[in-house]
Amino acid sequence: MEELSKHFLNNNRRQFLKKMGLGIGGLAAASMLDPFSGMAANASTNPTGLNLPHFAPKAKRVIYLFQSGGPSQLELFDHKPLLNKLRGQDLPDSVRQGQRLTGMTSGQDSFPLVGSQFKFNQYGQSRAWVSSLMPYTAKIVDELCFIKSMHTEAINHDPAITFFQTGSQQPGRPSMGSWMSYGLGSLNNNLPTFTVLLSRGTGRPLTQPLYSRLWGNGFLSSLHQGVQFRAGKDPVLFLKNPDGISRNERRQMLDYIAAINEKQEREFGDPEINSRIAQYEMAYRMQTSVPETMNVDDEPEHIIKMYGMDATVPGTYAANCLLARRLVEKDVRFVQLYHMGWDQHANLPGQIEKQAKDIDQATAALILDLKQRGLLDDTLVVWGGEFGRTNYSQGTLTDTNYGRDHHPKCFTMFMAGGGVKSGFTYGETDDFGYNIAKDPVHVHDLQATMMHLMGIDHTKFTHKHQGRRFRLTDVSGHVINDLIT
Amino acid sequence: MKKNLALFLCFIIPFLAVLSVKYVLKKNDASSYNASNQYGLDSNQGKVKTQTKLPDTVDFNFHIKPILSDRCFLCHGPDEGTREAGLRFDIEEGAFKALGEGLNRYAIVPGDVNKSQLVKRITALEDEKRMPPLASNLSLSEYEKQLLIKWIKQGAVWKTHWSFVPPVKKVLPKVSNAEWISNDIDYFILKRLDQEGLKPSEKASKEKLLRKVYFDLTGLPPSISDIDDFLNDTDANAYETVVDKLLASKAYGERMASDWLDVARYADTHGYQDDVLRFMWPWRDWVINAYNKNLSYDKFIEWQIAGDLLPNATMEQVLATGFNRNHKITQEVGIIEEEYRVEYVLDRTNTTSKAILGLTMECAQCHDHKYDPISQKEYFSFFSFFNKVNEKGQVGYDELPEPNLKITKNEIKDVLAFVNLPDSIEEVRPMIMKDGARKRKTFVLKRGAYDAPADEVQASTPKVVLNYADSLPKNRLGLTKWFFDDENALVSRVAVNRMWQQIFGVGIVSTSADFGNQGALPSHPDLLDYLAVTFREEGWDMKQMYKKMVMSSTYQQTSKISPQLLEIDPNNVLLARSSRSKLSAEMVRDNVLAVSGLLVNKVGGPSVKPYQPPGLWAETTSGVGLTNYIPDTGDNLYRRSLYTFWKRTVPPPSMVTFDAPTRDLCEVKRQKTSTPLQALAMLNEPQFINAAKHLAENIVTKTAVDDSKKVELIFRKITTRYPNEDELAELMAYLQTVKNDYKSENSKESTEQAKSIYAYRALTSLILNLDEAIIKG
Repeated sequence: MEELSKHFLNNNRRQFLKKMGLGIGGLAAASMLDPFSGMAANASTNPTGLNLPHFAPKAKRVIYLFQSGGPSQLELFDHKPLLNKLRGQDLPDSVRQGQRLTGMTSGQDSFPLVGSQFKFNQYGQSRAWVSSLMPYTAKIVDELCFIKSMHTEAINHDPAITFFQTGSQQPGRPSMGSWMSYGLGSLNNNLPTFTVLLSRGTGRPLTQPLYSRLWGNGFLSSLHQGVQFRAGKDPVLFLKNPDGISRNERRQMLDYIAAINEKQEREFGDPEINSRIAQYEMAYRMQTSVPETMNVDDEPEHIIKMYGMDATVPGTYAANCLLARRLVEKDVRFVQLYHMGWDQHANLPGQIEKQAKDIDQATAALILDLKQRGLLDDTLVVWGGEFGRTNYSQGTLTDTNYGRDHHPKCFTMFMAGGGVKSGFTYGETDDFGYNIAKDPVHVHDLQATMMHLMGIDHTKFTHKHQGRRFRLTDVSGHVINDLIT
Repeated sequence: MKKNLALFLCFIIPFLAVLSVKYVLKKNDASSYNASNQYGLDSNQGKVKTQTKLPDTVDFNFHIKPILSDRCFLCHGPDEGTREAGLRFDIEEGAFKALGEGLNRYAIVPGDVNKSQLVKRITALEDEKRMPPLASNLSLSEYEKQLLIKWIKQGAVWKTHWSFVPPVKKVLPKVSNAEWISNDIDYFILKRLDQEGLKPSEKASKEKLLRKVYFDLTGLPPSISDIDDFLNDTDANAYETVVDKLLASKAYGERMASDWLDVARYADTHGYQDDVLRFMWPWRDWVINAYNKNLSYDKFIEWQIAGDLLPNATMEQVLATGFNRNHKITQEVGIIEEEYRVEYVLDRTNTTSKAILGLTMECAQCHDHKYDPISQKEYFSFFSFFNKVNEKGQVGYDELPEPNLKITKNEIKDVLAFVNLPDSIEEVRPMIMKDGARKRKTFVLKRGAYDAPADEVQASTPKVVLNYADSLPKNRLGLTKWFFDDENALVSRVAVNRMWQQIFGVGIVSTSADFGNQGALPSHPDLLDYLAVTFREEGWDMKQMYKKMVMSSTYQQTSKISPQLLEIDPNNVLLARSSRSKLSAEMVRDNVLAVSGLLVNKVGGPSVKPYQPPGLWAETTSGVGLTNYIPDTGDNLYRRSLYTFWKRTVPPPSMVTFDAPTRDLCEVKRQKTSTPLQALAMLNEPQFINAAKHLAENIVTKTAVDDSKKVELIFRKITTRYPNEDELAELMAYLQTVKNDYKSENSKESTEQAKSIYAYRALTSLILNLDEAIIKG
């Protein structure tokens, strides 16, 4: 209830900012509120009447660390000694139970079981199993909430990633971040509500691609599309003024544009003109707020060390984790990272070692850093890929080498902060690491739970498009209450 | 002490400021693209904006059906699988039938509110009795309840869904002011305004009108000489002369094709995973040519759907079938072929029904349609028309998907003159339709899943639209005959509605993709029908129809909005004025290129790669396929935007930033938003900067007039009109300020001319960023 009452503060905002005397630009912006919040697109029409949040949220922001390609749960978190014992033996049909296979292994003569080449140990008070590939993560298991029993419907990358991000295997629906932006709006007046950061793994640098529709707004307004923050001097497309144009000159031009536009508004009476003036002001503010956020020069050395030295190399996973913290610090609602390269069909041991090294330290650092700043309580961190990997080897199994194909029937994800239990593990797989033995969590369940943490009832949060009420979780999904504090 | 207080305030004020903005949780997505059906609901009477007073006569189609459909059909509608209590409101028989064990109760008893269970249930106070149930998250407003009750009181007259009844041309209505009328369209618009007690707006200025009609018919702005010619032409037919000229220009075909490419989900790549190259541009050239030679709409559709099946089909007719091969195709290793092959057929089914029938048939893929009387069986019967292509689910990275059409110089010389094949390319093979798998059977797929076939079905169409006559062949050619049967109520309406949307910004049915129960009702039903019938009677002549629209007085009104009109009709449903429509993504860029003199007017050919920020492809690629965007050089940098290379997984940012769809799926209506990213692009996108520079340099170095004339010229080029005194003064002041502030880093350049060019670049960029620069009229 406290959260809900705070919303009323907003009502006075316009008056308040006016009194602060923010000049022409400031005034125009203040009078139109925040463009990213959707208000400005057509201020004259009646709002769609979403009544969000439905209840007081536990999390206000999300950092989603998407591990693209399908990380092998069997090498990272799902400890299956039986597979080491049965190494080389064929996967029994009684375990496979007719599960459909991808075209990459459906033609294989045999399905030789293979256990992890990397040692597992239990850590923390929670005694969570983590392999030697993730030493930093191992140290923070008591902050984490593991889900060992994730499952999905798709068996190939494109439909599987699209499913995770949009709730549908085929393109066309809005991304989760777009839904959040649409439903909850912005907490920040100077930065996009939904930001996207990409990095390429070293485990398999050239692997499967990403698609910008993963952060697309689908049938929601373009205001809610994810805005990519890129490494380099123009972090948001066309953010930088052309060479030779200073910030003062830009301000001057915008003031003239606004003045002439206002004359048009007086003559034609079209409220859209005011909206456009507000968009230009937001653009102007982004020109400083984005580079400020991207510039990590002011980060002390101990913080850089915490994330790893990669954190100073723009475009790396570590740099993006640090950036994610800076973004949520500024109350950006949804930060979506993608780290590519988890698709270990062959040469898995060598590849996954590098891939895990890319992300282990920075992921743990991010969670600790959020915690020490008091941000973890209301920031939900989610780590995971689009599916898991098979318990049998793809290609020939040798003494030192093997590969794993895509596996939709079980895989591991973890979350932290934002109202989920810490030092907790949910769900179990069978001894073969092939089927779920207890407490399955479907992709739509995860989405429903994430929304719940953000104060949204996923069954009520719909958008009517072409006559049908669509929702992120389509027609299914259950909140997994056991995950929630 | 005072000092401390000041210090304290210094801290607390910014803190309060932060606090007050920190909890802005905006819930409203108020962008204008999502026109709900509220206009239609209230559109036959009363004020448009809000509806509080019950209508004198409650109409089933306009008042009752939208409520039943939206709140009741989920459980009491066409889908048998989820129907509750055996009660359905989507058909008359179901709504009035006897219920209960004793068959003595009725949901609706005409004229008897007390005996109507429906009334009891919607007004019940107990949560468990009240309809719709709490768990549905749906509810009825008091107004809606009263409407339902009044309808029953008045006898509960049932009517067939309006769009399934063939359109009839009614006599032109009597209107208050015959002088205002330019053509038949105006009768219907004025009649409605008369009913509302409103008057049409004055005529737009010549300059505004010219700008609008240029963009609407060609997608390009008029040149200075075009403007001057029109301003100086005092002939009564001056406007018509311009319209005829525009309809005859090549740019007309490009502009119309640009919208059709959205409908056809046209792209230059396959769209999934590594998203590799395809070669469909000869089909795109065909579309442009078809518009330019004014191929009639029935042929335009017939060839695209079934050109290959026509007797003695020409190569041109076969090429046209590329329409239904623009769907995405995967090359992802390891996918299950049949899963994706079925996906392609689904796409063709959904695209065809949405584009031509205005129906959301896709909702009947997994179960019977929830709102429209279309069963899952009918869905797959329709699917069957498109299920005979001998195609693969997965294509190789360098594989040309079959079936395709080989086009070389020879074919172009003989029959395909409109295909712009460069000398450097020997042959190109766009995909086409061909029923190579005639024996493939079609089954209803349970839950829509490729691996769950149920009953076999034969090719057919939804009965509710029109029966599929036995005499028609059960193939795509038969389907096109069915489309253009005089009794088909949808096809002509859907077509003219989309044309109306192109010209007036919003369709007469605002949901141009949905003419079903959940769609909006027409704002001017008689006009829609009048145009639909006329279109057919006039031989489906598209140019003639566009001309009719732009020649109307309705079209020629000013877009000025009086406070009164803004209050009564903010969304301009009644058309008492012209809409201030925004330019499309293509028009925004084409306009900048055109006014700066950079635009290269060449029709057709392979798609081109103008500037785009480096790295966009590289950072998401797997290293296979299209890994690096290498911009073209020379003319290709300045071609019209419909020729810009379209990689589906990373579409051109200059297009999607301005609301172009991704081309993953058929889209018949674009969003209209205003975003900060658009502002950034307008201000800083190198193509726009370059164009501003080009124009500024030309004006400074090649025109020998004084500054105010130069400023005026730039302003006219960009906005199509003369600046007024105020505006000119403002712009001159800006120019002077920039000149005064100019500091050259290089003393050699510190000439008067360098200063001048610098200042004019800034000024041009300013004008390009005015609201008016991206507005049509």
